Amino acid sequence: MSFLQTNLPYILAGISVGGQYALIAIGYTMVYGILRLINFAHGDVFMWAGLMMVYFSASMPLWLSIPMVLIVTVILGFAIERVAYKPLRSAPRMSIMISAIGVSYLLQNCALYFTGGLAKNYPTLPWISDTVTIWGATTKVVTLVTPVLTILLVIVLVLLIKKTKIGMAMRAVSRDFETSQLMGIKINTVISVTFVIGSLLAAVGSLLYFTNYASVTPTSGSMPGLKCFVAAVFGGIGSIPGAVIGAFIIGICENIIKGLGWTTFSDAFTFALLIVILLVKPTGLFGEKVTDKV
Amino acid sequence: MKQLSKKKETWLSVIGIAAVYIIVSVLEIFIPSTSILFTVLKKGAIYALVAVSMNLLNGFTGLFSLGQAGFMLIGAYTYAIFTMPVAIKLTDSVYKYYHCAIGFDMGFLPAIILAGLAAAAFATLIGIPVLRLKSDYLAIATLGFAEIIRAVFQWDELGPVTNGANVMREYLDLSHIKIPFTNIPFPPTLFVFLIAGICIAIIVLLINSSYGRAFKAIRDDEIAAEAMGINLFKHKELSFVISSFFAGISGALLAMFQYTVQAAQFKTAMTYEILLVVVIGGIGSVSGSCIASFLYIACSEWWLRFLDDSQYNVLGLDILRSGFRKVVFSVIIMIIVLFCSKGIMGDKELSVRRLWEKIQRKKAAKKQTVKEGAENE
Amino acid sequence: MKRTLALICVACLALALLAGCGANGSSSASGSDKVVKIGVFEPASGDNGAGGKQETLGIQYANSVSPTVDINGTTYDVKLETVDNESSNDKAATAASTLVSAGVSAVLGSYGSSVSIAGGPTFEAANIPVIGVTCTNPQVTQGNSYYYRICFLDPFQGTVLANYAYNTLGVKKAYCLSKLGDDYSNGLVNYFVDAFQKLGGQCVTDTFPDGNSDFTSYVANAKSQGCDVFFSPVSTEAAQLIVDQVVAQGAKFPILAGDTWDSNVILQAAKGKDVNISVTTFYPEGANAEFDSGFKTWVNADATRLSSNGGDDTVSATSAMGYDAYFTALAALKNAGSTDSAAVMAALPNTTYDGVSGHIAFDENGDAIRDTAYVKHANTETGAWEALPSVTVG
Repeated sequence: MSFLQTNLPYILAGISVGGQYALIAIGYTMVYGILRLINFAHGDVFMWAGLMMVYFSASMPLWLSIPMVLIVTVILGFAIERVAYKPLRSAPRMSIMISAIGVSYLLQNCALYFTGGLAKNYPTLPWISDTVTIWGATTKVVTLVTPVLTILLVIVLVLLIKKTKIGMAMRAVSRDFETSQLMGIKINTVISVTFVIGSLLAAVGSLLYFTNYASVTPTSGSMPGLKCFVAAVFGGIGSIPGAVIGAFIIGICENIIKGLGWTTFSDAFTFALLIVILLVKPTGLFGEKVTDKV
Repeated sequence: MKQLSKKKETWLSVIGIAAVYIIVSVLEIFIPSTSILFTVLKKGAIYALVAVSMNLLNGFTGLFSLGQAGFMLIGAYTYAIFTMPVAIKLTDSVYKYYHCAIGFDMGFLPAIILAGLAAAAFATLIGIPVLRLKSDYLAIATLGFAEIIRAVFQWDELGPVTNGANVMREYLDLSHIKIPFTNIPFPPTLFVFLIAGICIAIIVLLINSSYGRAFKAIRDDEIAAEAMGINLFKHKELSFVISSFFAGISGALLAMFQYTVQAAQFKTAMTYEILLVVVIGGIGSVSGSCIASFLYIACSEWWLRFLDDSQYNVLGLDILRSGFRKVVFSVIIMIIVLFCSKGIMGDKELSVRRLWEKIQRKKAAKKQTVKEGAENE
Repeated sequence: MKRTLALICVACLALALLAGCGANGSSSASGSDKVVKIGVFEPASGDNGAGGKQETLGIQYANSVSPTVDINGTTYDVKLETVDNESSNDKAATAASTLVSAGVSAVLGSYGSSVSIAGGPTFEAANIPVIGVTCTNPQVTQGNSYYYRICFLDPFQGTVLANYAYNTLGVKKAYCLSKLGDDYSNGLVNYFVDAFQKLGGQCVTDTFPDGNSDFTSYVANAKSQGCDVFFSPVSTEAAQLIVDQVVAQGAKFPILAGDTWDSNVILQAAKGKDVNISVTTFYPEGANAEFDSGFKTWVNADATRLSSNGGDDTVSATSAMGYDAYFTALAALKNAGSTDSAAVMAALPNTTYDGVSGHIAFDENGDAIRDTAYVKHANTETGAWEALPSVTVG
């Protein structure tokens, strides 16, 4: 019990950040499952959601700016897909990946230009920014809200994928791109829906993340973005529950490492974990075994 | 059409390359060395070398690897550690919080080669587990290794060797190197061009050899290559190690150029920059990588700087301020990526033969139209 | 088509080569144009962007107060050449060479010791003197003859902080957090630990990596180790998050920091919260009323200046030091009797100036002879600084 007592702050921080990573990791895993594309720009969409919240809340009341942030982030994700990824769908894979890197650059540099390079203070959202004490550890309410909200959203998403027509279409496209097209599935709609869902979850994740760490800079999205992609690969690319579990594991381990005093390695540890998993089980924790046909 | 003999072609290529070096030497003699032109040329040459090494791995062998920054880091640190004079190592001007463990130093040329060898050694170890992964997983695994290398170099316990996370300086940089066996300072830009040129020449020779053909076979179809008797792992590992060797050398050159080196700057963002250069130049084209590297560095460091200066604001619109240059640069990159998705050179090289044939064809076409004109009269 | 595009690009590069020669030719003949250029080598983005912008504002304000200088009887217009070194070491070298190729006679900067160390050799190779404004790490001027500075050094600052913590705050165990790879915070923590341990206290040191937003584990570390004070002399970007998360964790220990925390960013982050912050700094609050009011009027006159200053008109010490650095450079130019950078470098050792932050004179290492540090406390109700007794050593 005393082990739990001393380590509770770290575990709580880990659960909180793990949940936020999970919401972003889902975006990565869904896009990769369908397009086989590592969407490098996703982390920066997440950062822009935070930045937009800063700007909107300065001129609008909170009950209006939160929905606005969700809507504008979705539009941003949709626009990126249409402008930067759709034209390159038939180009070699390297080109579309470079396009993703280019979009990521563009988003970061635009943020740098508009903010003037200074960090922006994230507005305090009522109730979830309040502090609460559980079992002797003080933390923000957002730490408790995050895992609950994450699991709820994941359940909704899994139901969407399993029970609705569009969900079935998404599963089909991720299994076999060309055949689904031949079967009459509207590819463009499916891909757009994927990006919309991913961006929406990233926006929700940004609300929670920046409430926890209340400062937005143009590079706020790059390390979390990378870690979330690692979480998605770790859990098995293409598998949504896998991405969530991977994100929670990475979030908790990261904080425990910091607690143990090995702070230099907290980022490197995430990658070490990834490499171990890739060598032991190449398709990730929950990935499917893909047979190599000659 | 007049045929271009092989001998003539070789001569013309050699003259073309020699011309580049002569121009650089002439520029260095006549223009004051503080000009931004030389900064761009030096950095462009360094990035050209690392872009070609990445092209060898990604473009010619088809191994999508994102670990370049890690190998540059190893090369840069090896160079810095081994060329720092012993006198400075013993005092606490650089190794402030640690007692330096390396008690000797060496000249810059052996140090550069050692830098490449160190990077290659790490690559050999990393390649064993990582090279059996498939494309995207390989990319993420190499990216992960680059980050791990960066964390290890910043580790406190390794401080006596690497100075922990603190800056490394006071080693032999470009302003302190001399022509061997003499006391004349080596013109810095010419030096960088020479080393980069020699390394790129070696890579080109490798690509045109039987090893290069094996690499291309692996890129085009792994399973067919294996069926043809090519040892997949051996060749992949060879390509990975050689690419890392030259990445290490370019890291050493970067350390010489920058005067200071610190682990924190070798982030994944650096690898993304190099990848951008490779793709803009054309995957599978060595000359494309070189040209794209110079264009990229010139645009980002020099030509667009006026966009940051608010005194050029027109019409009262306060658009031009710090940061606008990078926005414009990102937009240009997006346009290039979207509209020239194969890159500037595609997968072809800048070759004397093609230029010759083009000129001959134009001459023949002109002769034809003149002839037709004469016949019509 | 693509090949022609490539050839066009190469041709443009060749043309630019010639243009570059031409441009440099004209800028080196600056004497006849009666303009002397002073380089401003500051970050405007990245970790140290906020402080760098405020320092630049101080220099720009000084330029607006005194836009000309009399050298040897001729009046020169002083033009500021500003470049953004982005708080990163690799960008520092190219930013420095941009200044060098613009033909400056002297350089002011940088905010952030790491960047100053990284950009220094470029200026050395071009024989241009640099006057450091608030870079306090000893390595900036150690062992070289072209870098000078007008602020105190970290060993001094560390001792002041340690004395304040041990004697005034009365704490015996300190938790010291610095940023991995940042020479300034690591150096200052090192000197603080030395001095604190000499006084008889205990220290726990920790580092956080670049790009880190999550400080809850570090605060938890400090609490679990029973530390009485949280010493973290890091950049304002990280500082905002630290203040926020110390409050969120309900930690009651006081926070102590060095000159980087002297900024309205900290005041805004601390306003209305239950937190106790003390910092050491270069310029005492309200010391020079004329400078303060003049600066505030100037900043309030323009929206861009106001936003660069962090949104309000609080006078930060870095602006005051930037102001003094500019006038020190002018004094050096007058002493040199010419705009040639080598002459300025020769004139600097004997240059003195009485600025708003005190008397500036250089010792044989190029460091300013300073013996006083000012301590400020953040008033979380009014959102302003309160001056505490200054500390003079020796």
